[in-house]
Amino acid sequence: MTLIVKTITRLTVGLILLYGIYIVTHGHLSPGGGFAGGVIIALSFVHLMLAFGKDLALKKLSESLASFFESFGAIMFLTIALLGFIGGYFFFNFVFKGKPFNLFSAGIIPLCNIAICLKVGAGLFAVFVALVLLSSTTQKGNK
Amino acid sequence: MNMALLPLTPNLLPLFVAIPLGSAFIVSLLGKKLRGFSDTFSNLATFSLFCFSLLSLLLIKRLGTVVYKVGGWIPPIGICMVLDSLTSFMLITVNLIAFLVTIYSISYMERYTDKWKFYTLFLLMLAGMNGVIVTGDLFNLFVFLEIGSISSYALVAYGVEHEELEASFKYTVMGSIASSFILLGIALLYSYTSSLNMADISRTLAQGKGSQVVFFVSVLFLMGFGLKAALVPFHAWLPDAHPSAPAPISAMLSGVLIKALGVYALARIFFNVLGMTAISSSILMVLGIISMVLGGLLALGQEDIKRLFAYSSISQIGYVVFAIGMGTPLGILAGLFHLFNHAAFKSLLFLNSGSIEYATGTRDLRKMGGLTSKMPVTGYSSLVGSMSISGIPPLSGFWSKLLIILAAIEAKHFIFASIAILVSILTLAYYLKVQKLAFFGELRDSLRGIKEVPLTMKLSMIALSIICIFGGLLLIPGVQKNFLSLATEVLMNGNNYAQIILGSIK
Amino acid sequence: MIYLMCLILFSIGIYCILVKRNLIKIIIGIGIVEYAVNLFFILLGYRAGGRAPILDEKQVVQNMVDPLPQALILTAIVIGLAVTVLIVSIAVRIYEKYGTFDITKIRRLRG
Repeated sequence: MTLIVKTITRLTVGLILLYGIYIVTHGHLSPGGGFAGGVIIALSFVHLMLAFGKDLALKKLSESLASFFESFGAIMFLTIALLGFIGGYFFFNFVFKGKPFNLFSAGIIPLCNIAICLKVGAGLFAVFVALVLLSSTTQKGNK
Repeated sequence: MNMALLPLTPNLLPLFVAIPLGSAFIVSLLGKKLRGFSDTFSNLATFSLFCFSLLSLLLIKRLGTVVYKVGGWIPPIGICMVLDSLTSFMLITVNLIAFLVTIYSISYMERYTDKWKFYTLFLLMLAGMNGVIVTGDLFNLFVFLEIGSISSYALVAYGVEHEELEASFKYTVMGSIASSFILLGIALLYSYTSSLNMADISRTLAQGKGSQVVFFVSVLFLMGFGLKAALVPFHAWLPDAHPSAPAPISAMLSGVLIKALGVYALARIFFNVLGMTAISSSILMVLGIISMVLGGLLALGQEDIKRLFAYSSISQIGYVVFAIGMGTPLGILAGLFHLFNHAAFKSLLFLNSGSIEYATGTRDLRKMGGLTSKMPVTGYSSLVGSMSISGIPPLSGFWSKLLIILAAIEAKHFIFASIAILVSILTLAYYLKVQKLAFFGELRDSLRGIKEVPLTMKLSMIALSIICIFGGLLLIPGVQKNFLSLATEVLMNGNNYAQIILGSIK
Repeated sequence: MIYLMCLILFSIGIYCILVKRNLIKIIIGIGIVEYAVNLFFILLGYRAGGRAPILDEKQVVQNMVDPLPQALILTAIVIGLAVTVLIVSIAVRIYEKYGTFDITKIRRLRG
């Protein structure tokens, strides 16, 4: 990729990541939530891969770590749901709910958002890595 | 929190979805590091699910119809899970076959790499099927339907060979069009009744007159769920997808997936939510008859053993839909009984074809012969399965086919009853062809070195053949009253479903 | 009137799936069908004169559009993404094995 793309990527990738985290944590107050934030976080890593090549992106987040985060996010979500049995029902909102419209309010909803963000972000990045690795082994086989 | 009484409280219901989901991701996390972990853990998960499904029968006896509010929100604001007799009948069928197939795949899947990926996808598919059966809310049904379907698209393409990829592509395209039709139907139904809870919609529709929107919605659902259930003319994906999958997955797809996602959802929506009319009943009966005849005729000319079994599945599902479409109590009882029997014997036949492939490496009927002398367990269980599906007394298939024909005669559809008898003779014809070409006769020289299959595969096949032999016992009056008749009553209740559900909310 | 446009979009998608010969164009057709159904569902929730269904502490609760279809369609979009990802990886593998994207040449299974 050209010098312009590389410079702009170096300047903006951190901001994209931060914006994604903002959308995830404010999911119960404004539109967004886990899925949209997770996609934005995954896209920041994919942006690195497009501009600098797959080796640099894999050094930042290797594929085994992405696979671990994916399963971990799903298990965290299921654990929060099963812990709802404390309140008597599956998926019950058992955490202390503060005043509405604050950042720390609405019980389990922010925790669920974080779990979904981990799963979606890691999963989408792992899909890109798998397709890139597949095409590179195909080209090596063809030569 | 009384943990000691957890099995017999209504808290049992979410476990049917939570256990396979949790096990799938734990296997995905730890399966590649520890050897043998994925096998033991998934078998433990399916065994516990099977025990819980048996406990659900006791739960219904103790508490009547159970309605579980997820998250404590009262329906129709929240999602509810419903456990009535039809639900527990389907749960027992699905989890029993899943447990036996998991035992089989301990040895069979050694040939493929990365067994933990197989178990992850398998448990996700099981979670989707259990979710469809247990839920009481239309959109929740769509989400679990998609979870089950997407896992099955991936499982059909599991060993990445030429034909498997092509079959999986075809299956994915047709399956996603069907899901779009179902979502369109749900959207129209929501705009008409402004609710997504099945009991609430049923109550609203019972009060109004039958209008054009409801008829259009029922046609959309018939197209969508009919494709998942492989009714003619939506059957074109099945003869490519089922043979290409690995043998345990073919058993699951043909044995339970087309029933849980297709026939059960169709019955639940047409009887309990939309209300059965004369037009819907005759459409279901005609489609069932056409499936019976077409599946049987196309199966006669096949040389690939798994493709023949796939066409036979289309034919037998035609029997089930024809019987359920009749709408009379004896018809629905016969249809549900044939559904249970077909799950047992079709999975047994597919597992047999898997062990033939494991031992001889071929699926072509023209290259086999005389296998019973070297593989007695496979040979005799295949004989039991074939005789049962053709309807030879006193095996279980005879009783269910007899009941279907009697129900057709009782409802005065004499032409349909005679077509059913003719197709039954046709079924006997092609299964005798399979037995003669594959198991009896001379053993070829190229096949002299084969041995019997490993122990775990033998165990599943023996267990399934015992179910085939003793399946007729489900019709003894004492047993039938508790198991099949209650399930029939749920469907016959029709729109009273709404009163039962909304009345049981505490 | 606007629902008719959704139906036209749906038919364009079905036309793509049935007529086109390239695998990737069929995948794009599936995407168009799914998005047409999602759009139809959201448009059903429109109430005349409503505003976005977001609560804020300083505003009085007024006429809002229906928020339930919006939550459901988020789920449906994720499902569409999952199907697209799966079918694109199958298509890439098919290209590796058969060497072509043309669906009339990928016909090993007959009947």
